[in-house]
Amino acid sequence: MAKTWKEWEKPLIELDEAIAKIEALIATSPEDKQDELGVRLAEVKARRDRYIDVRYSRLGPWEKTLVARAERRPYTLDYVTALITEFTELDGDRRYGADHAIVGGPGFFNNRPVMVVGHQKGRNIQERQFRNFGMAKPEGYRKAIRLFDMACRFGMPIITFVDTPAADPGVESESRGISEAIAASTMKMFELEVPVVSVIIGEGGSGGAIGIAVGNRVLMQDHAIYSVIPPEGCAAILWRDPEKGPQAAAALRLTAESALELGLVDAIVPEPKGGAHRDPLQAIHAVRDAVKEHLDALTGLDGRTLREQRYAKFRAMGRFDGA
Amino acid sequence: MRTEGRGADGAFCQCLGCKKILLKSELDEALGVCPNCSHHHRLGAAKRIELTFDPGSFEEADTGLASSDPLGFPEYADKLSKARAKTGAGDSVVSGLAALGGRRVATAVADFDFMGGSMGSVAGEKIARTLERGVEHACPVVLFCTSGGARMQEGLLSLMQMAKTVAAVQRCRDHGIPTLGVFTDPTMAGVLASYASVVDVILAEPKALVGFAGARVSKQAGVSKVPDNFQTAEFCLEHGMVDRIVPRKEMRPTLTRLVKSLGGHLNG
Ligand SMILES: [Zn+2]
Repeated sequence: MAKTWKEWEKPLIELDEAIAKIEALIATSPEDKQDELGVRLAEVKARRDRYIDVRYSRLGPWEKTLVARAERRPYTLDYVTALITEFTELDGDRRYGADHAIVGGPGFFNNRPVMVVGHQKGRNIQERQFRNFGMAKPEGYRKAIRLFDMACRFGMPIITFVDTPAADPGVESESRGISEAIAASTMKMFELEVPVVSVIIGEGGSGGAIGIAVGNRVLMQDHAIYSVIPPEGCAAILWRDPEKGPQAAAALRLTAESALELGLVDAIVPEPKGGAHRDPLQAIHAVRDAVKEHLDALTGLDGRTLREQRYAKFRAMGRFDGA
Repeated sequence: MRTEGRGADGAFCQCLGCKKILLKSELDEALGVCPNCSHHHRLGAAKRIELTFDPGSFEEADTGLASSDPLGFPEYADKLSKARAKTGAGDSVVSGLAALGGRRVATAVADFDFMGGSMGSVAGEKIARTLERGVEHACPVVLFCTSGGARMQEGLLSLMQMAKTVAAVQRCRDHGIPTLGVFTDPTMAGVLASYASVVDVILAEPKALVGFAGARVSKQAGVSKVPDNFQTAEFCLEHGMVDRIVPRKEMRPTLTRLVKSLGGHLNG
C-alpha cells in the first residue's frame, strides 16, 4: 500500500514524464519523424487518460487521504490569488507573534468585500518549515479571531479555507494555550452576524480544522478529507500499528461522500479528473462557483438569522439512540 | 473509589501515586486523596456527584440517550457494552440538575472509566443539553471534565461535538449564565480544545493531566524536550490557562462560593 501521494501516483507521473519527453523530441526532430512521434504521443496520452479514468473512478478513503495531501494541490493562497482581488494579508494577532500556518485578510470576491481566513501549507522544504506544515499555533487562531471580529463589525462575508493536518502539538503552543485558542476561535464563529462559507480544500484535520470551519455553509472538495484524527494516529491507538492507516481511513469514513451522508457538510465541490492538483485552475473555478452559489443564498439574511442558523446547524450534529 | 488493578481486593488498596498500601475505607474517607502523598485518584461520575453536590439533590436527566455506533466502527459496539457494564452508565457523561449550597445548578460529569471519557455524539449532546438547561432554568452550569478527547469511533461526528458544545457555552454567555469547568485527570485534546476551555471559570484538581496533544501525537511530531510539569494542571495555571488549582476537599466549598457570587444575579 502506497504511503504518499507520490508513491501512489508514480505510474501516472512516469506517463507524464514520457509525454513530456516525446513532446521535447517532437520540438527538435526533423519533419520526416513528426508523424511517427505524433502517433506515439497520442498513444501514451491515451494510456495516461485511461489510467486516470480507472484510478480516479474509485478512490478509496486511503487514496483520498494521499490525494488530499498532494503538495501540488491548490492551497489557500492559490485560491486567494485566483479569486480574491485587492487582497491584503494581515498578520498580527496582537498577543504574541505572527503565525504563518493560518493566513488571512480582506479583499474582494465577485466585486464584494470579503474576509478570507485559511490554513496555508508549503510546497518545498523551506516553505513547509515557514508554514509549520500547515499546523497553526495559538497565534494563528487568535489572528483568525481578530479577522472574524473585524469582518463582523464591517459587514463583510467570510470565506474560510480549511487545510491542516492538525494544530501545532508543540510545547510552545501548549504554553500559550493552543486548546483555548482553538476553542475561542470556534466560539467566535458562533457570534458572527455575517455569512460564513467554509471550504475543506485538503486535510480537515481534527480540532485544528474546526477552529475555522464553523460556516453557515460547509463545502468539501471531492477528494478532501475531514477527520477527527489522522488515520495513522487512529491506527496507532487502535491497533498499535501506524502502518494500518488504510484500514483506519476506511473505518473513520473521512471522505466527502460520508461527511455529506452524515449531514456534516452541505455540498461536495467536484474536482477535475485526476484530482485538483492535475488541473488547479479548474479546481479553483469549481470552488469559486460553489462559494458564490452559497454566499448568494445567504445574502440578505440578517445577522440574527445567520447566527441562529449556524447554531441550529451545528447543534443538530450527532447520531445517537433515544431522545 | 476506582484504584483497580493495584491489589484492589479486600479491605486494602495501593495508592497510584506513592504505592503505599492504604485501607480502602481510609482512602474513601479522604475523598480518594491519598493521606500520604495527596495523590488525587480518579473518581467515577456517581462518586463525584455524591462528593460535590448537596446530598440527594442530583436529578439525572437525558438518561435515554445511547450511542448507536453510527459508522459501524470496528469493535465499537463491543467496547460500548463493556464500558456500560463497567460503569453502569449509558455513556461517558452523566448530566442533570443538582444543588450547591441550596442553589440550583445544571451539571454534567464525565467518567474516565467509560471509554476514557471520550466525547462522541451522546457526550456532546449531554453537555450541550446541560448548558441549555442552565439557560432554561436560569442557573449556573458546572462541568466536570475528564477525557482523552474526541471519540474516534464516531469519526467526524465526534469532531463536530467540539463545535456543538462550544456553541452551547456561547449561548450561556448570551444569556448571562455563568459556566464553571473543573479539569480532572486527564482533560485532553478535543475536550480541552472545545467547551472546557471557554467556560467562565476553570478550576483544576492538583496534578491533573491537561493538554492538547497526547504523548503519542507529540512524539510523532518530534516533540522531545518538555518541561517537568508539562501538561499538568500546574503548568496550565502557570501559563494562565487555569484559574485555580483546588484540592478535592475544597472543591465543594469553592464551587459553592463561585456559584453564589457569579450567579448572584439569577433567581434561585
Ligand atoms: Zn499516595
